[in-house]
Amino acid sequence: MKLLNQSIKYVSFSILAIVTIWAGIFYFNMLNEIKSSIDEGLENYKRIIIQNSQQDTTLLSKNYFDESFFTIQRIEKEKALSVKDRYLDTVLYMQDADDDKPEAEPVRMLITAFELNGKFYELKVANSMVEEDDLIKELLNDTIWLYISLIVGIVFINNFVLKKLWKPFYDFLSQLKKYRLGITQSLPKVKTKTKEFTDLQNAVNALLKHTTETYEQQKQFIGNASHELQTPLAIATNKLELLIEKGNLQNNQAEDIAEVMSIIERLVRINKSLLLLTKIENKQFLDNHTVSINEVVQKNINDLEDISSFKDVKIHLKEEAQLSVKMDASLANVIISNLLRNAVFHNNTNGSVVVEITEKNIKISNTSSNLKLDEKLIFIRFYKPGNKSMGTGLGLAIIKAISDLYSFKISYSYNNSMHLFQISFTE
Amino acid sequence: MKILVIEDEPQLLNNIKESLEKEKFLVETASDYYSAIDKIFIYEYDCILLDIMLPNGNGLTLLSELKKKGENENIIIISAKDSLDDKLKGLALGADDYLTKPFHLAELNARVNAVLRRQKLGGKNTLEIANIIIDIKERTFTVNSKDIVLNRKEFDIINYFLLNKNRLVTKAALAEHVWGDNADNADNFDFVYYQIKNLRKKLHSCNAEIEIESIYGIGYKLIEI
Repeated sequence: MKLLNQSIKYVSFSILAIVTIWAGIFYFNMLNEIKSSIDEGLENYKRIIIQNSQQDTTLLSKNYFDESFFTIQRIEKEKALSVKDRYLDTVLYMQDADDDKPEAEPVRMLITAFELNGKFYELKVANSMVEEDDLIKELLNDTIWLYISLIVGIVFINNFVLKKLWKPFYDFLSQLKKYRLGITQSLPKVKTKTKEFTDLQNAVNALLKHTTETYEQQKQFIGNASHELQTPLAIATNKLELLIEKGNLQNNQAEDIAEVMSIIERLVRINKSLLLLTKIENKQFLDNHTVSINEVVQKNINDLEDISSFKDVKIHLKEEAQLSVKMDASLANVIISNLLRNAVFHNNTNGSVVVEITEKNIKISNTSSNLKLDEKLIFIRFYKPGNKSMGTGLGLAIIKAISDLYSFKISYSYNNSMHLFQISFTE
Repeated sequence: MKILVIEDEPQLLNNIKESLEKEKFLVETASDYYSAIDKIFIYEYDCILLDIMLPNGNGLTLLSELKKKGENENIIIISAKDSLDDKLKGLALGADDYLTKPFHLAELNARVNAVLRRQKLGGKNTLEIANIIIDIKERTFTVNSKDIVLNRKEFDIINYFLLNKNRLVTKAALAEHVWGDNADNADNFDFVYYQIKNLRKKLHSCNAEIEIESIYGIGYKLIEI
């Protein structure tokens, strides 16, 4: 949920609560105010009636409500003495122009008692009041309108004002999303005077700068280390070669030397692969031309012919289309030769490799005694399932690095006991 | 034949020197830019092995100095940098070959001999050893004046062995030279063995007076019978 909508959500809930409570309090306050002003009027009316009844005793026998809203009834002294002024809400039947018959209408009534010439009377004075249900209806109606106009106002403010305020943030975020470590050259930057955003920008950029430095250092370290290892490895191999040439070795000594040499060979291969990886990541190959994948595949199949026939592995090539890709020719060769070599070397006797070239894809599948590989792990450097192979564990990592460099998609799947690697050359 | 090796790493320099001396070359050495300049301008060599990264100077500068002087020595660049740029630059400046560290001594030896062989043959492309004539350009192999059909890889193997005559060629060096990266897997030495076995059969059946000897199961050596 977007921040904008989140804030609308919370604000609308709180406004609903505030408006509801406010409406309740407002209603009761207003009702009290109305009642107290009516009560004052009733009090005044009471005095006038008592005064009038001293002159006009006929009033004392008025025991029903007519056009003047009061009744007087004679009562016992004891009862009269216990009477205190009481205000109460009650109803009286009244009729007006739009009523067919009298209807109960809310009235405020004062019940009191007074003494006149030693006789005690009960006086009821009434005054018509606002209809509470009408009042509530009106108030509810207004409240709903108030609520709606507040929400509309807030949505409006959010959309037009907050969006404008948050714009630098979203700009920054979209730049950050596109940021790729070691690829994006400039740090994300937006122009803003909002302190929070400049703080965020500074914090993020400090972090990015530090990370980039570490990344560069690490990359450089791998490159330098591999590079520095070349000469000692050359010396070691050559020393052993000279030692063997000198002769006078026992067979078991020669075997040991052979073993050491093959270990050094392996180191050399790992080292070369690391150097290649570093170069790919440093973008030292960007001599992009249109490369015919068909030709690269044909050349590599040709080069592998001796080895595949020695291993009794048949390579079938299905060219459904001519596939050309704009990329560095030597990297195209690295991808294809690595995939084909893997397909041949991890095969079994009498196995097969099927290479399928379509308009946008190349699929290389092979039989193997190996079970399904873990597609999440195989592209990680130095991952070697079973640890049997003498490989460097870098072949697929190199393919992945090249694919990443050009935004190709590489995938692995296992179907009908065939291991399938597919590269989509679409960006 | 006089060869100058310019290399700053003393152990590597010794290895190269020792290997080249087995070929009966006269080997001189230089381990920094100035001593290299001194030697180059005073003496004449048949071949110069040149490391690109030298103390107090760049090998490529040295190369252009040399070419400016109009010297026609054969030059093989040795570099720890496997960079296409450097290679192209070096070759454009007039180097004859470019070898990347780490290398097998057999490979270095083959490159040196190939360069010298080109010079020695002076336009000719054929080479005679025992009862064999090998045409490097036409890629033909004749034994007792009879053409023997070799496939591409078999010819490469024979040629490599001839450049390393009487010298040890390890299986790894051979595999790398002939099959490139495709054979850079230790469990493919069986494959190399199988190829050599076939080649031996061919050489034997046509009575070639050369033989590919096994050396401790690590490598091979081509000798004249």
